[in-house]
Amino acid sequence: MPIMSIEDFSFTYASAPARSLSNINLPIQKNCITSLIGPSGCGKSTLLRSLNRMHDLYPNNEYEGKLMLLNQENNEMENILDIKRENEFIELRQRVGMIFQKPTPFPMSIFDNVAYGLRISGIKNKTELKDRVEDALKGSALFGEVSDRMNKSAMGLSGGQQQRLCIARAVALKPELLLFDEPTSALDPISTAAIEELIVELKKDISIAIVTHNMQQASRISDYTAFMYLGDLVEYGETEQIFLNPREKKTEDYITGRFG
Amino acid sequence: MEKLFKTVSFMSATLVMILLASIFISLFNSAKPAIEEFGFGFIAGKEWGVEVPIENPVSTVVATTAEKKVEVKPAENDNSLESMLGGGNDDIPMRTIFGGFIPIVGTLLSTLIAMAFALPIAMGIAVFLAEIAPKQISNVVGIAIELLAAIPSIIFGMWGLFYFAPIVQSFVGGYQVSLLTAGLVLGVMILPFMAAITRDSMRTTPDVLKESAYALGATKFEVIKDIIFPYSKAGIIGSVILALGRALGETMAVAFLIGSVFSLPSSINSPTVSIPVAMANSFGEATGMKTSALFYLAFLLFIISFAVISIAKFYFLRKDK
Ligand SMILES: Nc1ncnc2c1ncn2[C@@H]1O[C@H](COP(=O)(O)OP(=O)(O)O)[C@@H](O)[C@H]1O
Ligand SMILES: [Mg+2]
Repeated sequence: MPIMSIEDFSFTYASAPARSLSNINLPIQKNCITSLIGPSGCGKSTLLRSLNRMHDLYPNNEYEGKLMLLNQENNEMENILDIKRENEFIELRQRVGMIFQKPTPFPMSIFDNVAYGLRISGIKNKTELKDRVEDALKGSALFGEVSDRMNKSAMGLSGGQQQRLCIARAVALKPELLLFDEPTSALDPISTAAIEELIVELKKDISIAIVTHNMQQASRISDYTAFMYLGDLVEYGETEQIFLNPREKKTEDYITGRFG
Repeated sequence: MEKLFKTVSFMSATLVMILLASIFISLFNSAKPAIEEFGFGFIAGKEWGVEVPIENPVSTVVATTAEKKVEVKPAENDNSLESMLGGGNDDIPMRTIFGGFIPIVGTLLSTLIAMAFALPIAMGIAVFLAEIAPKQISNVVGIAIELLAAIPSIIFGMWGLFYFAPIVQSFVGGYQVSLLTAGLVLGVMILPFMAAITRDSMRTTPDVLKESAYALGATKFEVIKDIIFPYSKAGIIGSVILALGRALGETMAVAFLIGSVFSLPSSINSPTVSIPVAMANSFGEATGMKTSALFYLAFLLFIISFAVISIAKFYFLRKDK
């Protein structure tokens, strides 16, 4: 069952002369990992950033089509492009979290970083905050490393730890869908492995969409893979099928390293 | 090449230290007669250029001052000369006393008023320009702000006296030349400068950091408060420090508006004087002990500026850790 269904979706940047995404149809399956692959500039980030309406932070970007998100309460799909009011945006972003390419710890303590989303969502109770911060850190395989320095600045952590902190920060809000935009491209192989393991662990509770330029990563961790090229979705299928038995010539050329 | 570069930069750094030290020393030297004559009591002394009989110091002169004066011979000579010129009583030996309390208070209060007025407005303008206004508006207003920051202070003084002060007076009454109008015009003067630097440092906040907060459901207000302000704190503090330095030492704009009278302001809208204005107005005709007293004031202004800036810097930058 899809948690998100992208239907006839096109996107145009305010400053761009033409569409950066055209007519995308793609499901994001629930409790699965869906990876988006394709050469640089093909629109992976643009698509991902549409799913939590990040583009609305900047004026005059244009969406077309539908982005249907599953409402877990009544099992109906609702179009997130209908969202207009600020509190609806806040709710959407609490339900659809995002992790960026570079770790983005806030200039505050480790605890405050993870508690940030909770605090602004209105949770004030100290014990509840503490419990949820600890749960999120445990769930992000970071608690053991930081439990003795929760009040120290998050800027002192290593790159890999900072990225897991950002994951914990997003996980603390108990999102339904988590969007990763090349989360390991700035990390060393050991930190990368830790994050990959973590993402696989997370899919029990959270559905995941991940942009990656690393095809091994996509084949290692994802259940479904979408291959994009020049703003089009070329092929979508189970990861195994895409990598072992692609239907499209373009896909085959890309995964065999003939371009990209 | 690298060695040359090292030498040059080391020499420039040393030069700055030497400059600082030599200003300090020369101020101290010129102020020395007054420091020896009036001691620390100068800071609390409310009389400026008042003649008193040597044997019966007026009650407002603090005790330490009275004790000191007997020991210092050259100062007495100087005083007797002044008192003759001033046509003082020939029978009783007279001396002129100087105290810096009024200009010190005037300087601190006018700076405080300027800061209290300018800081919140400057922050508001900076937030508006960096985060809220559409690009075109932000650019136009930004240029206007930069032009304002470049206006010479004498123009602010004239504008303040002829156009701004009457408006302030119509609201709060009192005098047109007063602590309040001087402080407010001083505030108007440092405002664009603070706003421009604060806006620039806010703009250095990486987009991805802001996006990370928005992605957690933050509102624009929360992003400004929790991400942009902490991130650009060093730049904001820098702008406040520079503005403080400018406000404390500003002469021209304040000279037009503060009234230049050596009296404690009985209320916020009565006239008084500040250290730089006292110096600018009096140096021309000053001789002997008066000159030295003015140097004492200058020396104190140097110390005050240094202290205020150090406190601001250490207090805020320590919190960063
Ligand atoms: N803010 C923007 N304004 C205009 N065009 C953009 C912007 N961001 C990206 N693009 C363009 O959109 C296309 C897709 O970019 P992107 O989604 O970042 O690709 P990918 O993540 O697959 O490398 C590129 O051609 C890029 O130049
Ligand atoms: Mg990208």
